[in-house]
Amino acid sequence: MKSLAELEKIRQEALERMSPRSDKERMRVVVGMATCGIAAGARPVMQAFLDELKKRNINDVKVAMTGCIGVCKLEPIVEVVDSDGTKVTYVKMTPDKAARVVAEHIVNGRVVADYTIGAAEI
Amino acid sequence: MQVFRAHVLVCGGTGCTSSNSGAIIQEFERRIKENCLDNEVKVVQTGCFGLCARGPIVVIYPEGAMYTMVKVEDVKEIVEEHLVKGRIVKRLLISTEEEDKDLARSHENIDFFKKQFRIALRNCGIIDPENIDEYIAYDGYKALGKVLTEMTPDEVIDVVTRSGLRGRGGAGFPTGRKWAFARASVADQKYVCCNADEGDPGAFMDRSVLEGDPHSILEAMAIAGYAIGANQGYIYVRAEYPIAVRRLQIAINQAREYGLLGKNIFGTGFDFDIELRLGAGAFVCGEETALMTSIEGKRGEPRTRPPFPAVKGLFGKPTILNNVETYANIPVIILKGPEWFASIGTERSKGTKVFAVGGKINNTGLVEVPMGTTLREVVYDIGGGIPNGKKFKAAQTGGPSGGCIPAQHLDTPIEYDTLTQLGSMMGSGGLIVMDEDTCMVDIAKFFLEFTVDESCGKCPPCRIGTRRMLEILEKITSGKGEEGDIEKLEILAKNIKAAALCGLGQTAPNPVLSTLRYFRDEYEAHVKDKRCPAGVCKAMLRYVVQADLCKSCGICARNCPVNCISGQKGVPYEIDQDKCIKCGTCKEKCPFKAILLQA
Repeated sequence: MKSLAELEKIRQEALERMSPRSDKERMRVVVGMATCGIAAGARPVMQAFLDELKKRNINDVKVAMTGCIGVCKLEPIVEVVDSDGTKVTYVKMTPDKAARVVAEHIVNGRVVADYTIGAAEI
Repeated sequence: MQVFRAHVLVCGGTGCTSSNSGAIIQEFERRIKENCLDNEVKVVQTGCFGLCARGPIVVIYPEGAMYTMVKVEDVKEIVEEHLVKGRIVKRLLISTEEEDKDLARSHENIDFFKKQFRIALRNCGIIDPENIDEYIAYDGYKALGKVLTEMTPDEVIDVVTRSGLRGRGGAGFPTGRKWAFARASVADQKYVCCNADEGDPGAFMDRSVLEGDPHSILEAMAIAGYAIGANQGYIYVRAEYPIAVRRLQIAINQAREYGLLGKNIFGTGFDFDIELRLGAGAFVCGEETALMTSIEGKRGEPRTRPPFPAVKGLFGKPTILNNVETYANIPVIILKGPEWFASIGTERSKGTKVFAVGGKINNTGLVEVPMGTTLREVVYDIGGGIPNGKKFKAAQTGGPSGGCIPAQHLDTPIEYDTLTQLGSMMGSGGLIVMDEDTCMVDIAKFFLEFTVDESCGKCPPCRIGTRRMLEILEKITSGKGEEGDIEKLEILAKNIKAAALCGLGQTAPNPVLSTLRYFRDEYEAHVKDKRCPAGVCKAMLRYVVQADLCKSCGICARNCPVNCISGQKGVPYEIDQDKCIKCGTCKEKCPFKAILLQA
């Protein structure tokens, strides 16, 4: 290693790889992963979130899972929670919709109203 | 670059490894692959989390859920419930008082962790010690970079001095002052040594740092080398720590690969390299001059000082020797500044101290607390108190060189000077808790047996004196104590302390003096009444049949291995005390609980 800049580069890359362990969490994406969720296709949705976040180099957003949220017929359900606890519930998610949620809500802070539970017909 | 969404951290310290954490790691990897999660979940082996009593420990991020006492059979459930479905496995989760709706990071709320302030142990349990990138991620080698490019050697020594850091090996000598002496010495070669011998029985603070964060030591030694003008370092590590030895060697190799050890570090022209030297099982080689003699290839024996090692040490050259935990604090002091470090702790004892808490305590393990924390807080709030509802009797600090602190001093703040005033010492950090069932004379004998065994034999006060003290203790604990024995112990102790060549001999009498100071009545009971109040010294215990409870069934007599119980129907049985070997079988077998063990 010939310079401090090289050390810093290694540090940044390693920090990204270790991001699940850090406290820093600007937002959290919680994917319903109970039987109803998995059956409805939640795993490809989660994978799509992971891929999109990685593509955009975002590492202060954690992806976690949860159990049955209750409205099984609207699965796959994804909740986006920000650091002060405000929660937006997206329903009937697909991998394509996941990409849009990342771009608009997570990156630009604009809730995608069409996909929320409020907009869905129950 | 692959980023995983979840990390499974499994403790790979010696404690958890001996409880099969290696097999747990393999099982996780197998089950994760089976569930097609191997691109999403990473398994990481880390160092010691500290809560050794509840190991093996597994922490899963991003939730931060800490699972304790995990068995290989539990892994299937953890993978299927937590990793696939996101459902935390409550039965394995470390218990919390509160009904935490969000179980994430619940372990951070437990007193055991909440009351600690981890500086030396900052990376243990968080990073993979066999991966230099993870050390770098958390500011590793940044301090070395800062020192080599922005500071002069004198500035480094000034920072260390102003931080107030004192040696963590036991004596508490100001680290900055030691480095300054070495810097001032003029020679063509100087050395930086690390004392990783950790000989105190029950101490494993240094082991955990070496196993969990080896790079912190390498970085600190390089910084020390720059400060004093040395370019070669030696880590003297005891051979009884194979995991630590392996991780240190891996760390050295990785650091060399990255050019963080070797020639021209960071292109500044500074060279520094480190080699390992293994101990061979001698406690005395933890003493600085004996350690250096051992590195030189000779039998580990101490020598007189002056000259001090900072002037003339290893191979006759100026040398500094510091303890592992002392070094672990250095990178943080450089990055966060001496004022920050000095703001923690007390007036004359700055920073934190790592303690290996063992003995009669619920939360056996490793804790790091700010200096000035009281013994009561460590034993009760962090340690979880004494098991089985027993009463606290004393806490031994400083291992075989230290003394005990009785219940009336539980509110003493832990710092170098207060402990010395009480007749003990900080020592390297071993803290053995004792309850009402401990015999203090027996404890003194235990420690003296150790020091007699480990005496190198060079000086008569230690070689002969400690042995004489041990003989008297053996007399006393076998019921043969005589009038004048206690006074003989005191005279011997005083003379050995004054005349022994090195710290081993000079401090060997401490456990005896300390227990005499606070528990003289126990010694007197042993000598005058031939009685062991705690019920430990076997020779003075008697198994006695309670006549009113005995039903003359004869089971005890039939099971006695030396046939010393006699009796017949209608008459209570009796044990012949002269023939009794005190095995306890009769008490165990009696269906009416009629046999008692009496002091």
